[in-house]
Amino acid sequence: MAVAFDEMNGLGEDLRPAYQELSRWLKETPPDALEYRRQEAELLFRRIGITFAVYGDSEAQERLIPFDVIPRIMSATEWTLLEKGLKQRVLALNMFLKDIYHGRDILRANIIPEDLIFQNPVFRPEMNGQDVPHDIYVHIAGIDIIRTDPDNFIVLEDNARTPSGVSYMLENREIMMRLFPDLFARHRVAPVERYPDELLSALRSVAPHSASAEPTVALMTPGVYNSAYYEHSFLADKLGIELVEGRDLIVKNDEVFMRTTEGLKRVDVIYRRVDDDFLDPLTFRPDSALGVPGLMSAYAAGNITLANAVGTGIADDKAIYSYMPDIVKFYLSEEPILKNVQTWRCREAQDLSYVLDNLADLVVKEVHGSGGYGMLIGPAATKATIEAFRDKLKREPEGFIAQPTLALSTCPTCTDKGLAPRHVDLRPFVLTGSNHTTIVPGGLTRVALKEGSLVVNSSQGGGTKDTWILSE
Amino acid sequence: MLSRTAENLFWLARYVERAEYLARTIDATLRVTALPAAYVGKTNEWDSALLTAGVGPAFYDHYEEANERNVVEYLSFSAENPSSIKNCIEAARLNSRSVRTALTSEMWDTINSSWIELQAVWNKGPANREELAKFLRFVQETSLRFDGSAYRTMLRNDAYWFSRLGVHLERADNTARILDVKYHMLLPEEEHVGGPLDYYQWTSILRSVSATTAYHWVYRETLKPWLIADLLILNDTLPRSLASCYSNLVRNLDQIGVAYGRQGAAQRHARGIRNRLEHSHMDDIFQHGVHEFIQEFIADNSRLGEIITKQYLI
Repeated sequence: MAVAFDEMNGLGEDLRPAYQELSRWLKETPPDALEYRRQEAELLFRRIGITFAVYGDSEAQERLIPFDVIPRIMSATEWTLLEKGLKQRVLALNMFLKDIYHGRDILRANIIPEDLIFQNPVFRPEMNGQDVPHDIYVHIAGIDIIRTDPDNFIVLEDNARTPSGVSYMLENREIMMRLFPDLFARHRVAPVERYPDELLSALRSVAPHSASAEPTVALMTPGVYNSAYYEHSFLADKLGIELVEGRDLIVKNDEVFMRTTEGLKRVDVIYRRVDDDFLDPLTFRPDSALGVPGLMSAYAAGNITLANAVGTGIADDKAIYSYMPDIVKFYLSEEPILKNVQTWRCREAQDLSYVLDNLADLVVKEVHGSGGYGMLIGPAATKATIEAFRDKLKREPEGFIAQPTLALSTCPTCTDKGLAPRHVDLRPFVLTGSNHTTIVPGGLTRVALKEGSLVVNSSQGGGTKDTWILSE
Repeated sequence: MLSRTAENLFWLARYVERAEYLARTIDATLRVTALPAAYVGKTNEWDSALLTAGVGPAFYDHYEEANERNVVEYLSFSAENPSSIKNCIEAARLNSRSVRTALTSEMWDTINSSWIELQAVWNKGPANREELAKFLRFVQETSLRFDGSAYRTMLRNDAYWFSRLGVHLERADNTARILDVKYHMLLPEEEHVGGPLDYYQWTSILRSVSATTAYHWVYRETLKPWLIADLLILNDTLPRSLASCYSNLVRNLDQIGVAYGRQGAAQRHARGIRNRLEHSHMDDIFQHGVHEFIQEFIADNSRLGEIITKQYLI
């Protein structure tokens, strides 16, 4: 693979302007000092308890996501463009969802094949014709962004269900400010700390009509054993709202209440970090012990707002992803600002035959997969793996999409052998409330710590970095 | 606040208090068993340590003999003993994790770093007595730090009060259990049949509630068993006495009652117990039987736990 575009050094040795100060600082700072700070950071993370659980890994039930102390920096100009693109994308996602669960203009215009919607397991027929406050379905979106050159931002994935990682954006910043006050003093880094306030005001703005003037918001978690539990408790704390589990909630006369020491208290908005399938055992999986019986009927009655709405999975499905440029154009009559990765839909015969012929060069992903599991990275795979995947692909082509292997941009990262470039992506968080869309300047930069690796997922050995957006 | 949050806070405090109590019990037993046999008599102190921990019968499901090695292991590190010190700290950490939003960062830090130390340093248990002493100190310090950080950093609202309810309910239970096992050592002079070796038993009792110095300050006397009983049962100034625990329980329940604008069975029940303690004299208690008094207290105290649970925690 060709040398990737480097966030700091560009394509060659041309130091990019946003990194000038960092570069100077790195030259002044002895490598030992960096290593020392790295260890200090790890200690802080462990003490604060910022851990995540890896399912099926009993040895390390609570692990730390490795944190790299070298920040990823973006100039104000870059951010302005990205921000504009993100707002456009999320607006389109919301309009698409409203359309899919109501008039379905986009299907009648033959832009998306019907069966891709109706036969999709994440399509929720329960949502047909159901109105949600202010037509907002995706209140919190995490859009995964990559780049391969200085000019374009490319969306790798839209996360419109229960995107996680924002606690790392906030905690990474706290820890960086604690460890490197001097480095901060030499930059003008846009703050991220107002995220919790923005989130709370977005959530309150979508309270149902039947709510009081001071709506009660709660964050619903599957519980302490969930991999993102730390984030749930962190956010509830920052927002100053109750962290509830299914068993804390009860539905009476289509209203949702939480059990408190003073009796039942009505809840108006639930920021739920529980998947659709587990929300309500009466509607979805009957074996779910995480949910609240009757929640969906309270939802249908319009007495509770769920954020994100039920059924948003249909918008971030990998099969739908390939249509996103068309979706943006259809609803907004604008050219998409953010690019898509070129995507072959294996369900289409022509694309499938191309994919089968070029497996060794492509990345093939399961349409419903996530977390970097179940995918084939052609150039890194053995012949046998490729052949096994070929069979899987032939058996169920509609379950897969394929993309070219992209040289994700790199960023200098601490390694055993000193600073070295490692591939990164970026997940900014887009908040949509009743009257505006906000993106706190920053996001979660994930970094593939293994040399040459393109997989940034924390469950597969990825780490995180603080993301600095410089002010003008 | 959420009932589950209150429940977690209540139990979190109980687990920490219990861990400390177990550490004190082991410590006190180690001291008394280190004495030559002539000073302590033939009673098996490790057996009574199990009894005061309330785990006597379960112990014998796993061990043949109540000796130092077995009892220390069972009370400190055993996975089989649901209320071993290790399990208490683990349960406390799990409870803390589920109510992180209701804890201050100082409290979380105390529990979390103790838990980390437990995994990292004490995973295999102490290799010798010196290490055991270090471990017991670690447990007591955890509890002191937890209490201290709660006291210094928590808002004085229902979260704090529920946590304090846990502390005092557990503490009352622990003190009562020592009395239950050792009451026969505390009978008044004329009824008492022991010899000078009892002196070390009395010290041991005081030590397990960290009241050796307190005794001398309060009574300015050599150790007298009935005074020890008075101190542990009726003396409101000793934080681990039954009377003190109940002053606190009543106060905390009243604070909750005022904040919520209503009183209930828990307030009434606690006040009943407190009044009985307030109006009792050791003479009467001895006359009607210390043992019966203590057993009744243990039952009443655990009944209060049930009433609080029903009224607030579910």
